Amino acid sequence: MSAVTTLWWCARILAVINSRIQIGLISGILIALGVGLTLYKAVSLNLPLLPGEYREVWTVESKTSFTPSNGPVNVQLRLPASLAGWTILDEHFVSSGFGFSILQKPDTTSTARWTRQSLDRPTTLYYKMQIYRASLDRQLPPLEFEVPVKPLLEADQQAAMDRLVERIRQQSSDSESFTLLLLQELLRDSQDQDILFLLNSYDDNSLALILHSLASANISAHELRGIELEDGRRRQTLSSLIEVYSGERWIIANPKTASVGLPDNFFIWQRGNGAILNLSGGRNSSLEFALVSNSLPAKAVLGMEQRAEEFALLDFSIYTLPVEQQGIFKGLLLIPVAALVVVVMRLLVGVKTSGTFMPILIALAFIQTTLLLGLIIFLALIGSGLWIRSYLSRLNLLLVARVATVIIVVILLMAALAVTSYKLGLDQILTVTFFPTVIVAWTIERMSILWEEEGGHEVLIQGSGSLLVAVLAYLAMSNTLVEHLTFNFPELSLSLLGVILLLGKYTGYRLSELYRFRDLASKQ
Amino acid sequence: MSLLVSPLKLRELGILGMNNRNIGFIGRYNQRKNYGLADNKLKTKSAAIARGIPVPELIGTVDYQFQVRTISNLLQDRDAFVIKPSQGSGGKGILVIVGREGDKFIKSSGALIDDREVRRHSSNILAGLHSLGGRNDSAMIEALIDFDPILKDYSYEGVPDIRVIVFRGVPVMAMMRCATHVSDGKANLHQGAVGVGIDIATGQSICAVQHNRIVSQHPDTHINFDTLAIPHWQQLLELASGCAGMAGLDYLGVDIVLDRLRGPMLLELNARPGLAIQVANQAGLQHRLLLAAKIADDSTMADGSADAGQKIALARRYFSVQSAQAT
Repeated sequence: MSAVTTLWWCARILAVINSRIQIGLISGILIALGVGLTLYKAVSLNLPLLPGEYREVWTVESKTSFTPSNGPVNVQLRLPASLAGWTILDEHFVSSGFGFSILQKPDTTSTARWTRQSLDRPTTLYYKMQIYRASLDRQLPPLEFEVPVKPLLEADQQAAMDRLVERIRQQSSDSESFTLLLLQELLRDSQDQDILFLLNSYDDNSLALILHSLASANISAHELRGIELEDGRRRQTLSSLIEVYSGERWIIANPKTASVGLPDNFFIWQRGNGAILNLSGGRNSSLEFALVSNSLPAKAVLGMEQRAEEFALLDFSIYTLPVEQQGIFKGLLLIPVAALVVVVMRLLVGVKTSGTFMPILIALAFIQTTLLLGLIIFLALIGSGLWIRSYLSRLNLLLVARVATVIIVVILLMAALAVTSYKLGLDQILTVTFFPTVIVAWTIERMSILWEEEGGHEVLIQGSGSLLVAVLAYLAMSNTLVEHLTFNFPELSLSLLGVILLLGKYTGYRLSELYRFRDLASKQ
Repeated sequence: MSLLVSPLKLRELGILGMNNRNIGFIGRYNQRKNYGLADNKLKTKSAAIARGIPVPELIGTVDYQFQVRTISNLLQDRDAFVIKPSQGSGGKGILVIVGREGDKFIKSSGALIDDREVRRHSSNILAGLHSLGGRNDSAMIEALIDFDPILKDYSYEGVPDIRVIVFRGVPVMAMMRCATHVSDGKANLHQGAVGVGIDIATGQSICAVQHNRIVSQHPDTHINFDTLAIPHWQQLLELASGCAGMAGLDYLGVDIVLDRLRGPMLLELNARPGLAIQVANQAGLQHRLLLAAKIADDSTMADGSADAGQKIALARRYFSVQSAQAT
């Protein structure tokens, strides 16, 4: 062997080793980074590695919108306090271009203030917080009794009010029963003349009427404003309850249901009268809330509460994102796991699939439909699709038109499946809409060609291979532990990336090859 | 016999696995920019013609959809021809017509099809149905090979071809692929064609497999494969070796057919040749590839030019089945 070729070989070997070392280094760093960050969060922030007890944490995003007029703008938003068992974990303000400050009042209520010299277009200011119910104790802190102030009314209003108060007082025994009777009266359809007249004169503002009636009856009461927590609401507005002093304590009544007590899903924003939003230098102001609920491990919630500051520094978890994106990332962070399943199944096991990452999309659909139902729907779609496709193949269409036809056929099949199942009362099959239409259509097209060219045998192999990988990916993604880890430790995706890089350099045999070449060994 | 073989045993036998083929050989030795020539049969053909390598006659090409309507003009005075996608993969989309009966065409299986069917097939090819990555493609029409009658009984309803794996210009392993009734006249092992391992030294058969199982005779013609010896063997190896330089690919599968009059002809090149050849030869590729690298180095002059004749001679000596069994 000549010196040149020896040198050349050395260089080549070095280059190969180099690329192996490179991959090894990068993968090692990525895996260590992911695991390290995870362990750090687990140890120092007390986030549990295993899914345990979960707490429901609500992300409440308030959107203050207004149209500015000329001159300086001053927006003041009363902020809620942790009341009635709720605890505020984390607060976040978005105020680009505004001067921002928080005014702390001596009575422990605080106000956020945004200011700006001038503004020329409608603007929305955001205030986001995360809250959870720390205790089941719904007691509100004691509040001093206020002497009710009698409202100033027109003569005819006063007369009607007096009659109403008198009538209800006759029927009630104390402030609590008076309040409830009053609320029931207002809720009832067949209202008497006085109530109809009063409502009319109050412009149908029944809340104001209730408060005035209570004051007229010498009962101390005020409004309790807050949010009814409903998952996924985008444009929730403030609702009101009434707090009434019953002689020794305050009780809460809901004017919408005429019931006593604080509803479970009610988060109190402000206790007492007075405006929540104060705007000068603008008009058309509105206050809306977007709500999302997440299940978080109880320990993590405690950790966040104890060290909200530090947590914010380290945390690049998805909780810091706007409410709308959080849900999306919940799902996206599961995809690396599914990708790993595909890589393992194809490179280590050697399963044949139709379309490289098609199984992931099918698995994502399975998450919405649940496994068994998903499999049935998928097989039904593919089966009937193949049947229709076999007719199309006789029509001699151009490929693109044919696939487009199959797409439309698939959509019609999905619609037919949904409508029939709905009529039959099988609501679950409605989830058929989560199957990716175009992917299903291409799968049908590929399978059909495969059938014509290589026969049903190969269709069966590739079809069951795809389904196997899809089911495994589904099982991985729907696993509680996996869900918990990817959701709370998104940095683990880095480790997955490292593992996938390493697998990309795997030159060993596939499991299927141990079967394929089994006869070669036995000959010797 | 156990269902699975241990990976250690496979390594000992030097069986090349798919992952190792992809990373260790295709990825390392074949430059992506050179794939184009091997992946496109039209380009392969014109490059081969330029180098004087014999290829089957090209009747014409169909590049655009509107040409499909007039395809029968092109085929007017042809009785036997093959329509294939110029960028097809894995032998997909090849339509073989062996004769005519009135208005109809006779497929190699004996089935009759009309020109509508031929047009549909061509238009599918143009749309990229059979092609790598589903790209738009063109259809090429070739004259059907009048293959060497010596090989006639080894293949049923289809042309047998010979696949040679060439590594850095050294022929490493060879196999003849014989069509069967099950494979619908296609020389595709997946579909049930018989793969016959061929001794690089002599051109004689080593072993025959169908569906990964050893067979001794052709399932349809019942001829015994033991008697098979490929004629023009040296010439065939030279052709295969010559293709490596033409394609610029160090790890290459060369598919060759034997014409009755013209001898070995290049059918197509494959930048990602499959692994079934190991089963047909009952031998692993890995050891031979290492040896081939050494042969290539030994046959390379200091100025970088290589002696193709020496490569083939050394390959015939080292890869001889008899000598391997003797040692």
